[in-house]
Amino acid sequence: MSNSQKQHKEEVRLMKGNEAIAHAAIRCGCDGYFGYPITPQSEILETLVELEPWKTTGMVVLQAESETASINMVYGAAGCGKKAMTSSSSPGVSLMQEGISYMVGAELPGVIVNVMRGGPGLGTIQPSQADYFQTVKGGGHGDYKMITLAPASVQEMADFTVLAFDLAFKYRNPTMVLADGIIGQMMEKVVLPPFQPRWTEEEIRKNTPWATLGKQKNSKPNVITSLELRSEEMEKINLRLQSRYREMEKNEVRYEEIMCEDAEYIIVAFGTTARVSQKAVELARAEGIKAGLLRPITLFPYPSEILMSYTSRIKGILTVEMSAGQMVEDVKLSVCGKVPVEFYGRMGGIVPSPNEVLDALKEKLIK
Amino acid sequence: MTEEIIISGFGGQGVLSMGKILAYSGLMQGQEVSWMPSYGPEQRGGTANVTVILSDERISSPVLNHYDTAIVLNQPSLEKFESKVKPGGTLIYDGNGFHKFPTRKDINIYRIDAIEYAYANNAVKTMNMIILGGLLKVRPIVEIENVLKGLKKSLPERHHHLLGKNEEAIRIGMDLIKKEN
Repeated sequence: MSNSQKQHKEEVRLMKGNEAIAHAAIRCGCDGYFGYPITPQSEILETLVELEPWKTTGMVVLQAESETASINMVYGAAGCGKKAMTSSSSPGVSLMQEGISYMVGAELPGVIVNVMRGGPGLGTIQPSQADYFQTVKGGGHGDYKMITLAPASVQEMADFTVLAFDLAFKYRNPTMVLADGIIGQMMEKVVLPPFQPRWTEEEIRKNTPWATLGKQKNSKPNVITSLELRSEEMEKINLRLQSRYREMEKNEVRYEEIMCEDAEYIIVAFGTTARVSQKAVELARAEGIKAGLLRPITLFPYPSEILMSYTSRIKGILTVEMSAGQMVEDVKLSVCGKVPVEFYGRMGGIVPSPNEVLDALKEKLIK
Repeated sequence: MTEEIIISGFGGQGVLSMGKILAYSGLMQGQEVSWMPSYGPEQRGGTANVTVILSDERISSPVLNHYDTAIVLNQPSLEKFESKVKPGGTLIYDGNGFHKFPTRKDINIYRIDAIEYAYANNAVKTMNMIILGGLLKVRPIVEIENVLKGLKKSLPERHHHLLGKNEEAIRIGMDLIKKEN
């Protein structure tokens, strides 16, 4: 290792997932965070305020009057080519759905973090994964998709915040980081991403030629809107969005395979339930059951191809979620009925234990 | 080596911060660590608990249903977690205010009267460190030197003058803990 590398070697720190998001946002050159407190993600806003990035990088941190206001502030900042983000938990993210649909319609990049809690309604403050449908199938109106990253560790909370900005600007579309109360609240080791400066005025003009920065001489004005009353034009916009989503499906599928090579049974789970299921796989292996774990990292685009590739050699799939069964529909669509797909889930803020998952695997698939 | 620990007691007893110091100690000796608090309504008055895992390998689940070691500081915690200690595992309890006591024969049971000691000796603020000392006596999972390093890391600098007191509390806990079975 060279001396300069040594100097830049980041120390290993211990922090909560929520704190890691705040640190990563500042480090990746985020221009503005707009949010409203709600358990279990308030530490994102709190940590940002503690770190006072407006004194160092110039990043704006603002507690908005509501979640609706937060997402529209992100819309406004993104319209100026700024890297903007918001975060909330389930009830707050429901309030943001209109704004997300408008961002997609206006082709604006931005990052939304949802640290899910149990619903419906105000529900509970304990972890849940029941916003899968809302996120992946489109909680707002109109035909749209968002790349959805599902972190399963504090390290990924940091890494995916950076990645989410890259993907949002690559596709001019909002990106969602879909975590849950456990990943937000737990502390683990993390190595924070390197510092990148915020874009300068010139860089913004170069990187976001569509942004509204004031008309230059000899250029056409940029207009940011999601309104297009001419149906033919609106369909063209939709076709452009759809081709973008096909690009995402081609380029952005991400997943992790754990002990899948020789597996006869595959557990599919994301986020916290993937961690719990990994332990269940370890317990199963200790009993001589050949189990493996497929952890989707992107929930859209979904890792369907890899799931289909297992079907010729596995006996069945168990999907584990903290919901009544949402992602399981995508698992079923992926394997087209070629292998049995069973589901185990807990709701309302209950986290399944590794032994429960192992028991479900035995009861539902092995029998 | 993997040690899966649950620490449980009333909110305000320093349960979460004891777990944090343990996690930092693991970090200092290069282990994988996970610290998972109960952040629910119980943190706001009832029983609070934290799961701490220290391991030489990648940690899979931060949520567990059985533990190598349980530290219980109130009656509801004993009732909830005594049955969840793995056979051959360790249960440490502070018997202050207890009317029902541990009954299992297949685990190692230790009692540490840290609450009583802390109130009698004006050491309430380091009560959790006394208990941590007791734990380290019977389960030397982290070096004291690393605990002190971890403490330094987790305490804001303005509290660093209290490091000596905390070290003393650990030593007191090591003397105070008694095996019951």
